[in-house]
Amino acid sequence: MLLSAALAGLLLCLGVSSSATAQEALGVHGTLDDQQDQPVAGVSITVTDAAGTEIATVVTAEDGTWAVPLEAEGDYVVVLDESTLPEGLVVRNCKPRLEVEITSDRTALFPLDAQTDGCTPGESPTAGGESPSSDAGEEPGGEPSSESEDEAAEDAAADEVSEVEGEGGATRAISLLVSGLHFGLMIALAAVGLSMVFGTTGLTNFAHGDLVTFGGVMALLFNVTLGLPVWVAAIAAVVLGAAFGWAQDWGLWSPLRRRGTGLVSMMIISIGVALLIRNATLFFIGGERLRYSDYVGQRPWDFGWLVVTPKEVVTGAIALAVCILVGLALVYTRLGKATRAVADNPSLAASTGIDVNKVVRLVWTIGGALAAMSGVFLSISDGVKFDMGQHLLLLVFAAVVLGGLGTAFGAFVGAMLIGVFVQMSTLVVAPELKYVGALAVLIIIMLTRPQGILGRRERIG
Amino acid sequence: MDWQFIFSQALTQAIGPTMLVYALGAIGLNLQFGYTGLLNFGQAAFAAMGAYGLALSVVAWGLPFWWGIVIGLAAACVMALLLGIPTLRLRADYLAIVTIAAAEIVRRLARATVWSDTTGGSDGMRGFSEPFFELIPWDREATWTFLFVSMDGGRLAVDFGIFELQYSYRDTWIMVVGWALVLLITGVMALLIHSPWGRVLKGIREDEEAVRSLGKNVFAYKMQALVMGGIIGAVAGFLFALSRANVQPDTFTTDFTFYFYVVLILGGAARIFGPVLGAALFWFLYNILSQGLSQAIRAEVIPPSVLDATQVGPLVFLLLGLGMVLLLIFRPQGLIGNRKELMFDVR
Repeated sequence: MLLSAALAGLLLCLGVSSSATAQEALGVHGTLDDQQDQPVAGVSITVTDAAGTEIATVVTAEDGTWAVPLEAEGDYVVVLDESTLPEGLVVRNCKPRLEVEITSDRTALFPLDAQTDGCTPGESPTAGGESPSSDAGEEPGGEPSSESEDEAAEDAAADEVSEVEGEGGATRAISLLVSGLHFGLMIALAAVGLSMVFGTTGLTNFAHGDLVTFGGVMALLFNVTLGLPVWVAAIAAVVLGAAFGWAQDWGLWSPLRRRGTGLVSMMIISIGVALLIRNATLFFIGGERLRYSDYVGQRPWDFGWLVVTPKEVVTGAIALAVCILVGLALVYTRLGKATRAVADNPSLAASTGIDVNKVVRLVWTIGGALAAMSGVFLSISDGVKFDMGQHLLLLVFAAVVLGGLGTAFGAFVGAMLIGVFVQMSTLVVAPELKYVGALAVLIIIMLTRPQGILGRRERIG
Repeated sequence: MDWQFIFSQALTQAIGPTMLVYALGAIGLNLQFGYTGLLNFGQAAFAAMGAYGLALSVVAWGLPFWWGIVIGLAAACVMALLLGIPTLRLRADYLAIVTIAAAEIVRRLARATVWSDTTGGSDGMRGFSEPFFELIPWDREATWTFLFVSMDGGRLAVDFGIFELQYSYRDTWIMVVGWALVLLITGVMALLIHSPWGRVLKGIREDEEAVRSLGKNVFAYKMQALVMGGIIGAVAGFLFALSRANVQPDTFTTDFTFYFYVVLILGGAARIFGPVLGAALFWFLYNILSQGLSQAIRAEVIPPSVLDATQVGPLVFLLLGLGMVLLLIFRPQGLIGNRKELMFDVR
């Protein structure tokens, strides 16, 4: 069902809002109205509990109202039987099935309309015979309508901490700092690749976020489908990520460079690649947030001044080690020096005998591997979702621009700053706005110091 | 499989209200990207400015409908200035990153719960479109027939014998206004592009330094193109909001912008009718694929084990993404574009 949403784009009222009158009575109720606010009678609505046992099926009254009293608190599923809707009416957001958490008497809303608002009907488990024309004018794309839950889930990672404590601003700040550093490292893994690809080829790769998703999904494949332990799956995913990066350069970007395709065209091609990978992911895994078989609800270590989960510490430490390794390799190895030379001036590097294409291939391979690693680590914390990389991508851009486009070290510094900034900003602003702050920083950097922290003036020309 | 139905649906959508929204957005983008070489990846935000400007003015502030239009256009202007001033002096990809970030900021602000009493949060707003539909010059009972075009109870039907296109009362009005706007704006664009001003824009796309050395204020020209394209984007936003009679933040994602690009490149960038043609073709292809696949599944031509109904959407977008990549590699000029005009590079 969430999948339908994904196509559609619209989050129309998840349909659930707490009823204002806090009654002692438990239950779920609502009123069915059509688009002209006329009540709709005779529609059957079924409530089942989380285990799938049917509690009750009711039919809406003449005034459109319905109500199901419940015995116990918990998660329930409210399903509107679309085949009982009057001719020509559909659930506008294609969500005839709502999952609600009942703690009091709640309202469940099903927005009805003559046509859907762009979601693809017929994809919920219960939807049966809706008219074929209802999906005719469908909107392409956009975000999954599950996004609010979804962003809530993203935020939950950070908020977990704040919920644990609640009191003690300093403690909370420390916890946020630590989770910010962790998040920063995850961004850094993705950012180094993006920045190096930009440095060596000049391409702003809009599909880099989807390499992150690719890593998460591959680990999911090995872990959940093949049943391997998470750490094996993680290694496999990173290897596949490297292979994917290599293959992308071999099969797509390198031929394009040979043809002399312009950077603008390549940038737009990368958007096409991003759409391709994202929708392929959606095609195979669906629109739901999926989790690995292990380390899901890990018990955090509580140091009093800091609450942190072991998985965060381990993935953070590995990410840091990898970043340091990449940094050392860039400074001390021959290939690393060659990479920096190409990033500095490809023509000059080529004239000194460096095989530019080989270096670029290597950069893509490493970039793919690091992005996949970032994807796996993020998924260990928050689960895999087909658009996770897309959301990360903008923060990666912010990090790369903050650090200075095209510089690996700048990307690292920028990523750490952005990660900490994003998490720490929740001390001041609402968690849902934390990305806004980071993106605003991006724009302010553009305004004041477009070359970034470690960039050099002449690059921006 | 009902091929007649599939084709009728696809044709209906190919000139329908949604196609007009994409055509308008892409026309704005054409001025920015096609003619001036500006990489605006935030066209969705300009559309959001229009849509939200209108909705907020009418619903939240209780202003008249036309004031909403003015405010929406002004908001798009302001946004273009805000984005343009810092980035238009920098390389093209900086504008790309800034606009994509700005679009995401706009979307996240619009869906924030902090001020959801005013903006409706992620549910968006409705109830601003009535004044627009009250303008419909024919009444709901209008019934007439003229050759193969007929109107029955306010609904427009165009019967080509094999295919029949049908539009609801409101959609017909949206289409009348939308096509009028598309023709008006393409007309104005054609005049502008063939004016000295337009030649300077193309010059900027080809070689900024050369134009600067001729004493032109490149920054001002770029800014004018960005503002005008943004305003056209806001018009697309109005039409989008009105055709759905609501605004919702999650419709204005970066994907929305990307589909504008697909439309533009499909039709042919830097061509007056490129966006219109591209939008029609895009919607035709999209609908024929998704309708065709859905019908095939329903008729069990494709067994459910191969493809189930929930996978149709992703598959269609996957194919469109693939199509976009292949198009850019093998035919970057689109249907009617000129390949030489799209060889420009980031500077």
